[in-house]
Order: sequence, then C-alpha cells, then structure tokens
Amino acid sequence: MSQTFIIDGKTVPFEEGQTIIQAATKAGVFIPHLCYHPDFKPHGSCKLCTVKVNGRQTASCTMRAMAGMVVESDTEEINAERRALTQMLFVEGNHFCPSCEQSGNCQLQATAYHLGMMSPHYDHFFPNRPVDASHPEVLLDFNRCILCSLCVRASRDVDGKNVFALSGRGITTHLIVNAKSGQLADTNFTLDDKAAHVCPVGVILRKRKGFAVPIGERTYDKQPISGTVDAVTEGH
Amino acid sequence: MALNDMHAEAVAGIVDRVVTRYRRDPTCMVQILREVQEACDWIPPEAIDRMQALLGVPRTKIEGVAGFYSFFYTQPRGKYRVLFSDNITDRMLGNKAMMDRLCSSLWVERGKVSEDGLVSIGKTACTGMCDQGPAMLVNNYAVAGLTATRIDEIAELIRGKVPLAEWPAEYFRIEDNIRRADILLGSDLKPGDALLAARARAPSDGLMASNMRSWREGLPTGLSGPISMLDEIKRANLRGRGGAGFTTALKWEACRNAPLKAGLQRIVVCNADEGEPGTFKDRVLLAKYADLVFEGMTVAAYAVGATRGFVYLRGEYRYMLDHLNAVLAHRRRENLLGNNILGIPGADFDLEIHVGAGAYVCGEESALIESLEGKRGTPRNRPPFPVTNGYLDQPTIVNNVETFAAAALIALNGGEWYAGIGTKHSAGTKILSVSGDCERPGLYEYPFGVSIRQVLEDCGAKDTQAVQVSGPSGICVAADEFDRIIGFEDIPTAGAFTVFNNTRDMFQVARNYVHFFQHESCGFCTPCRVGTSLLKNLMDKLHNGAGSPYDFTEIEKLNQLLQSMSHCGLGHTACNPVLDTIAKFRPAYEKRMMQQDFTPAFDLDRALAAARQMTGRDDPAAHIITEESGEGA
Repeated sequence: MSQTFIIDGKTVPFEEGQTIIQAATKAGVFIPHLCYHPDFKPHGSCKLCTVKVNGRQTASCTMRAMAGMVVESDTEEINAERRALTQMLFVEGNHFCPSCEQSGNCQLQATAYHLGMMSPHYDHFFPNRPVDASHPEVLLDFNRCILCSLCVRASRDVDGKNVFALSGRGITTHLIVNAKSGQLADTNFTLDDKAAHVCPVGVILRKRKGFAVPIGERTYDKQPISGTVDAVTEGH
Repeated sequence: MALNDMHAEAVAGIVDRVVTRYRRDPTCMVQILREVQEACDWIPPEAIDRMQALLGVPRTKIEGVAGFYSFFYTQPRGKYRVLFSDNITDRMLGNKAMMDRLCSSLWVERGKVSEDGLVSIGKTACTGMCDQGPAMLVNNYAVAGLTATRIDEIAELIRGKVPLAEWPAEYFRIEDNIRRADILLGSDLKPGDALLAARARAPSDGLMASNMRSWREGLPTGLSGPISMLDEIKRANLRGRGGAGFTTALKWEACRNAPLKAGLQRIVVCNADEGEPGTFKDRVLLAKYADLVFEGMTVAAYAVGATRGFVYLRGEYRYMLDHLNAVLAHRRRENLLGNNILGIPGADFDLEIHVGAGAYVCGEESALIESLEGKRGTPRNRPPFPVTNGYLDQPTIVNNVETFAAAALIALNGGEWYAGIGTKHSAGTKILSVSGDCERPGLYEYPFGVSIRQVLEDCGAKDTQAVQVSGPSGICVAADEFDRIIGFEDIPTAGAFTVFNNTRDMFQVARNYVHFFQHESCGFCTPCRVGTSLLKNLMDKLHNGAGSPYDFTEIEKLNQLLQSMSHCGLGHTACNPVLDTIAKFRPAYEKRMMQQDFTPAFDLDRALAAARQMTGRDDPAAHIITEESGEGA
C-alpha cells in the first residue's frame, strides 16, 4: 500500500525513499528546478525547487517525502522567491538569449518564462569568462554556466571520467576541466559522453550543428517547461 | 629567475615526502596541499601532476579543493606572503595605514606579487587577534600588535630575505589576555584527573568502554560506565558553545545509539575553526588549556564509544600546531590517549590535528567534515546528520572547543555541580572574547546571566554606542538594551563581544561584515553565492553616496530570500548585521541617502578607475567628481 502526502491541495502517492520532487513529478505536478535531473544524485544547490513543508522551506530534490506532510509549492510567495533566484542566475553570468544557440531549449530561459520574469532586476555582474573552443567537436561557453554541476555528476558517475569539476569559491566558483592546460581538447571528453548532453543551459555546445532546429520550433517554444514534467532534459 | 621557481624534480620530491607521510590517503588532501605549499610557497602545476599520480585522484579534484580555500595558491605568490587581518577591530586600530606603509616600503601593490617574486601583500578575514590588533599573517604565522616601527622592521627583514624562522621570536608572541577567569580559565586540572573521576564514578562492573559493545551488547552490566558519564552531561544541562546551543547530551546520545556498520568506528571532532570575526577564546583555550580540551574529547569518546578523533584547527592558528602535537605526545606517554586508557578495557582513543586553510564556512559542522575528508568545504544536504553519517559516513559528534573543556570539568566535578552555575536555562559559564573600544580587551569568563552592562563596565568601555554580540552572524545590541543578559534565554553567543563607542559609524561596521560574508560564501547555493554579492554591491552603493530608499527595500527583500532559500547558516545570517543596524542606527544609513527615489549604481567616475590606473593618473582632473572615494574592497 502506497503512502501519500499533499502538495498544493493535491494528494500525491510516494514510495519509501522518494524525494518530494520525484513523487510530485510522477504525479504530474511540476516543481521548477535547474540542478535536479532524474538520472542523477540530487545536488540541492540551485534552490529553485524549494518548497514549504509544514511551514519550513526546504529543497524538494533532497527532502524525502513523508506520509501526511503538507507541501506548498505553486504559491505566489514561493514563486516570487524562485523568480528572484532566476534573476540572480541571469545577472551572475552573461546570458544573451537572442543570440544563444540554446534559446528555446534552455531550461533557465524556460523557467524564467514560467515564473513570469520580466527583467533581470538586479545589476549585471558582467563576469569575464573566456570560451574554450579547443575541442574539435564541442565548444564550452562558460558565460552561461549556472554551476548546476550536472556535467560534473554525469562525467563522474556515468562516464567515469571526471572531465568536469567546480573550483573557486563564492562568486568566483567556476567550472574547470580535467587537464593541466585547462583546455577541453586535452581531456578524454567525447560527444558520446553523457556529460555532453545534460547541460540545462548553453555551456556545452556541439560544434557545426548550430540552429539545426529553427527558433520557434524548439522544445519550450512548443510547450512551457511546466508541461514537460515527464521528459526533463532528454538530450538536445 | 623568480625566487619561487623550483625545478620539477625538487617539487616532485617534496610531494613524494608529504604524500607518503599521509599514507597516500586522499582524505588528507587539505593537509597535503598545506604542507606542499609550505615547502614550495605555492602549489605549482608540477605538484598537482605528482599528487595526481601518487593519490590516484583526478586533477579536477585536486584543483577543485585547492581553488576553494583562501590560503591555497595555484598561482605564484611571494616568498613572503603577508595577509593583514581585516576585521572591523583591525580597521579601528588602523590596519589600513599599516598595510599601506608596508606596501609602499616594499614597492608592492596590494593584492599583487612584487616583480622579483619576493613578497605579496593582501587582506584576510579576522585572524582571531582582535584583542591585540592590528594583526597579520606571514606565511600563515600570526604576528599581532603591529606598530609603524614593527612594520618597518618587518619590511627590512623581508627585503633582506631573512628566513621566517630567524625573525625575532617576540614578533610571534601572542598574549592570552585573560581578564576574568571562572571555572574554565581558572582550571588547574591535572591531565587525567577528569578521566579518573569518570572512572571512579562508574560502578566497578561497568569499567568497560562503549566501543567494546559489539561483543558485550547483550550483557546488561557492561556499559554502565559510559552511560553514567553521559548521565552527568545530561544532568549538567550542557549546551553547545559554538553558538547554536544544541543540547550536548542529545547529540552524544544520538551518536552513541547510531548503528555501526562492520569495520566502521565512531568519531569525535573538536571544532576549532574559530572563524567568527571577533572571537578568539578557542585560541587561548588551545594555547593554554589544551589538556582540558583533549581530556574533554576523551571523555566524549568514552561516553559515545568513539575510537578516533580530530581537532579541526583554523589555518590562522597554524602557529599552535607544534605545541598541540607536543601535548598529544605527552598524553600518549601518560596513557591518556591510545589503547586501554587508564587501564579501562576497550577505552581506545586517539586524535589528530587537521589544519584548515582559510574558509569560514568550515565552521559549519558538515562543511567541516567535508574538509576533514579532503574535499571542498561545502555544507552537506541534511538529513542525514553527522551523528549518524558523519566523517567517512561514520557516526560523528562535532563540538566546540569550549564545549569539550566544559565536558572535562563536568566529568571531574559532576553534572549537578555544573548545573548549579549560571541560570536555569543556561548552565555553566561562557567565555566572552571582548574587543573593540574598551580599555582592557581580552577574555572574560562569566556564569551565564551576566548583563551586557556588567561586561562593558568590567572591560572599561566608555560612551558605548553598540555591542556586536556573537560576531556578524549574531546581534547588534544598542545602548537601550544593555540590561539584556548573555544566555540562551536572551542573547545566545559563540563568544564574540565587539564594543563600539559613540565615534564609530555603525554603517561601516555593517559594511565590513557584509564584505566578510561575501568573501566567505562557499558558492554552493544560488541565494547565498549571488545574494551576498548583491548585498555587498548595495552597501558599497550606499557608501559611494548613491543610496536611495529603493535600496532599503532591496536590502530587505534580499534578506528575506537569503533567510528562506539559503543552504546553511552562513546565508541565513548574512543579512543580520545590516538589518540590525538599519533598525537600531537608521541615521547612519539616512545620512548616506540621496533625496531621489532611485539612483543608479553605475557611476561614470568609478568606471574610469581602470583608465586612471593604466595612465598612472589620479589627479583631480582625471575625475568626473572630486568626492572622496573610499572603496575598501
């Protein structure tokens, strides 16, 4: 017999050990998220999936579901805070959607639309983040990195390669690659790696394949991100 | 050739020696990096090559760890690396003038390395010398009580390339400044006495350590010794001294009762990552009462059934390492550490010191454990909690230095004795680290319940405007609240007590603290990583005369977000100093407000700073406005 909890008034069943977001997603309830991916161990860093459990806020990707808990997610208060977090991510990096290859496939952009973000609100940081075009097949545009660590987890846990890692601290935290030169070309990264296909934004880009699907016909052009609960980020 | 260029073979030799001593154990990564840097003056790529080969871990892991801690350098730094402590108390004592003096004397720009690679000069967060500032670290060794004369002497030593070991010993002398002693600072515990008292209290059939229970589990009498120790801690009503005030006995009991998988052990960790600006009590406890602290840890190990322990010593206290290791060696000789301690069967416990490397966030217990495991000091997702899944997934207790010292005294004198000191809700004493505007800065130990006013009187504070209790993450107490008391029922504290007289600008105090949090945010979660930077920018905007009421609203909204969305306490408390000072010292903010509803943060004159620097000009004609611009970052 399966147990249940309540999210935004809806009764949701869950299995022992499932997190709130896992159970909610299965029941068709969308919770905004960026660093969470169903295939990987949750990280709990972007905080977009924060919900209120019995009055206390917690990340729904790391919090286990418990019978009878009352979860608030799609409320004006929480969505306003999620919107502010999204704005923070926009000003922290350099995100120019109109010229970005991932526009329409980007989870950050789609989440911003979902949350009704109308402007970046905060002053831009305009960090200096050079791109890495050394690899024959793949371009790394760090300007768009939101430090979700999905590529880190994919490379470590699936590919067994540890191509990516986070270094630095605080606002200078940044993605590094596994080479003395610091260049992707000097790693054993290939386009077949799982890590090549998990970036929720536009950092890890396949070369010579740009704009294969026209803008207007991309994933989130067809339906909002909240409509894709079952098919989160399956490739590009 | 620059001074810090070393041949690759020499670097490899150093790495080999260090890594071998740490048994090629990647969990000792932070210690290995520290020792490699001590020998090479930085962590060159060749050292990482060698570590990668010897430790069998990916380069990304080593670079990720090295990049996290402020005191590790993956770019060449000076042979002499000078870091000025930049707590608000250092600023009040004139650290900027000292730093400028050293920079100009040695012809080096702040934050840069001199062209000959001899010296680099920068700033660092509070080094725990607030009672004897301004202070600095030279190659991570503390030098306190700086004067202009001392700065000139140091410049001369550096210019003459005199090795640090040959500098006058008095430069490195750190005063204890114990002004008021009670049970802890007045303790003359003989090493072993607390353990002997605990043993004497145990029924004779209970003289068996908890970690023997894997085979004694079913026997009804075998564990009464450790349990009676735990009962004393319960009776004492001891609460954690690191600030949060969690009930110590509950933590110990949870660890004790946590299931243990085969081959694993329980762990006792002493949190000596005393990073909260304004706090320096643990420095003195470890310098002068190390036996008391280690004995407290051993008592804890006996009570919870732990066999391994660590002291996580903040990098700023590196100078104490040899002393602490000597105390440990002595305790081993006296059978106060090791196997069958004092002849108690199964009482096996030993501990080692791990030195941090400049990361305030490692004072958070799960980040501390990550660091102990040789990783980036990022707080973990909880649950599970350390009491069940701590160091290398083993049941672990993490307690403050002062908590362990108190535990030793409880073992010696009993829980009832201890509970009789202090107030109903706050048993025992609290050591306050008093600094700032007062005649007698130093340590003051009081039974809980002492009023702010009493402390101010005792330390010789005059015309006091405010006291920051428990550091930036604590609360700012204004003059009309000086009858409030130190205790969990009113003002809980980890011990910092920073005094500000009427001449101080409380806005600058708050701004200093905001800069601190921004620097120390680990960067893991979005709200804290970006939010502390936004907050810093807002405070700088006010400082630069571009503040407006709009910014007040923004600060309040950021506070809400940091409190509700952040991953750990650092983010939750990062807005405290601003909110407290806005509520209590609003005029300090209002005088910075322009009359407009909104003023943009962009400032044309400031944007030209880079152009001025490149052209070497800073005359009035090179400025759009001529207002004093005192950027402190």
